[in-house]
Amino acid sequence: MKLGEEIAQRTAFGQALVELGAERPTMLVLDADVGPSTQTHLFGQAYPDRYIEVGIAEQNMVGIAAGLSTLGFIPWISTFAVFMTKRAGDQIRNSIAHTRANVKINGAYGGLPTGRAGATHSAVEDLAVMRAMPDMIVMDPADPQEAMACARLAMDIEGPVYVRTVRCAVPVIFPEDHKVELGKAVKLHEGKDVAIISCGMMTPRALKAAQELEKQGISARVLHMATIKPIDVEAICDAAESIGKIVTVENHSVIGGLGGAVCEVTAEHAPCHIKRLGFPDVFLESGDDEVYFHRYGLDIEGIVSTAKSLAEGG
Amino acid sequence: MNDKNLDELTSLARETRRLIIETGHTCGAGHTGGSLSEVEILIALYFSFMNIDPQHPDWEDRDRFVLSKGHASLGYYTVLAQRGYFPVAQLKTFDHEDSALQAHPDMHKCRGVDFSTGSLGQGLSIGVGIALGAQKKNKAFRTVVLLGDGECQEGQVWEAAMFAGSKHVQRLIAVVDYNKVQLSHRVEENLSLEPFAIKWESFGWSVLSVDGHNIAELLSALSRAGSMSEQGPVVIIANTVKGKGVSFMEGKFEWHGKAPNDQEYAAALRELDTGYSNDSSKSR
Repeated sequence: MKLGEEIAQRTAFGQALVELGAERPTMLVLDADVGPSTQTHLFGQAYPDRYIEVGIAEQNMVGIAAGLSTLGFIPWISTFAVFMTKRAGDQIRNSIAHTRANVKINGAYGGLPTGRAGATHSAVEDLAVMRAMPDMIVMDPADPQEAMACARLAMDIEGPVYVRTVRCAVPVIFPEDHKVELGKAVKLHEGKDVAIISCGMMTPRALKAAQELEKQGISARVLHMATIKPIDVEAICDAAESIGKIVTVENHSVIGGLGGAVCEVTAEHAPCHIKRLGFPDVFLESGDDEVYFHRYGLDIEGIVSTAKSLAEGG
Repeated sequence: MNDKNLDELTSLARETRRLIIETGHTCGAGHTGGSLSEVEILIALYFSFMNIDPQHPDWEDRDRFVLSKGHASLGYYTVLAQRGYFPVAQLKTFDHEDSALQAHPDMHKCRGVDFSTGSLGQGLSIGVGIALGAQKKNKAFRTVVLLGDGECQEGQVWEAAMFAGSKHVQRLIAVVDYNKVQLSHRVEENLSLEPFAIKWESFGWSVLSVDGHNIAELLSALSRAGSMSEQGPVVIIANTVKGKGVSFMEGKFEWHGKAPNDQEYAAALRELDTGYSNDSSKSR
């Protein structure tokens, strides 16, 4: 995986499962008829005896995984994030989170990019739902490399973990030895005029935006949050206190996800100016991903413009 | 039949009912109706059919039990206590703040509980997962899931049933406490399950029907189910009476989630002591 190379994050994640499967004989993967889409079918090809196709029955998939976990298996369950976190939301809450079952949850097709599938298939609120669930760890990796690192970290944690992946190609920004630390932001760019806090596939864009801002005479600190929960309170407070202006950027609703989490932290510990970039309180529609990312200010141009006006304004 | 004979099991069941009424009254909590209907099923399982060791609740080869109708925890805790998982005296902490005996069973708080339940319709999937895991590990233990009839209106039950039937999941036994009454009405008034046996059969399950208050019938069905489950999943439809044993509670949805007050408590105990519950013909 070369830096700058564009690779579908779901494919990297699918390959990570195959690698981890070789190391962890107790690891199983369950999917609900979307293995070729989530790319968990790669695991199925490698380890047919450890891959369970449950059919289009997400709730049952969650329960089966929870049952398997009581016998020492470490099951991954995977389907589209929108269905995983809502259709099977109660099952995840009660049979996995409350029981602290050692089940790993992959919400594939996070946010907008769903292959033009529109409102019903785009997960705009999965981070909010999963973040509010007690005993749930929530990860939104930035690039293909970090998707692999998150999958590995999830296996090392005893208990439920939600790992979101996206369908589309994302540029590689992290080296092969990149490791994710729970609750630790990664500072990708230093700056003093404005802080951009991003997660998931928005982070490579935030980094490019900071480089563009630099050309325009604005220095931006970029903090990447691979783990939305636990979140890095210290890094957020430091940005709030030393810079005082924060833009949050996420492939998710502005309600309850990264932007919500950053506002909760600053409101209590270090009030400052914040602008949240994400989807407003709307259902998305079918069409080209970039048209919508542009519409909601989630392209490089949009991030630059928002960060600039915050840096130059009050 | 372990070392308990039928008379002993019957007298244990009588004691279970008395304890359910007493605990419910003392604690002012509990789902009395569904706890009374499951008594003989739980006695047959915990004192005879299941291969368990209350001294070692985490023994890896034990048979597993999931109370999918988690609200009937009062009956479940009572039988666990009688079986020696914790002292019977502990029942008086039922539903109290910080108690191990939560309103709905919590595997991390209560000794002997194999899996936490409460949100209806989820237990059969858990049981399928446990039974699949046993197959993968070449373990011979059985997994028993006790379902309520009302919760069979949940779609997830049938997702799990379809999976288990289609994949011939072994050593999985479901028992349905078919007491015909749910929270707000009779089941047939809300949403009928019938033809119930045919539904399970068409999902690939072997079906046995019994009088769920007749311990001899339950033991014989469980024994058959144990052998049959080597081939694929088996369901025992246990025809029961909600509130069984207390005339004014029987068949009444009003007793779904209510505990007896002082007068009802006294009246219920009088009936249980005089053996009203011996008549099992009403369960058909």
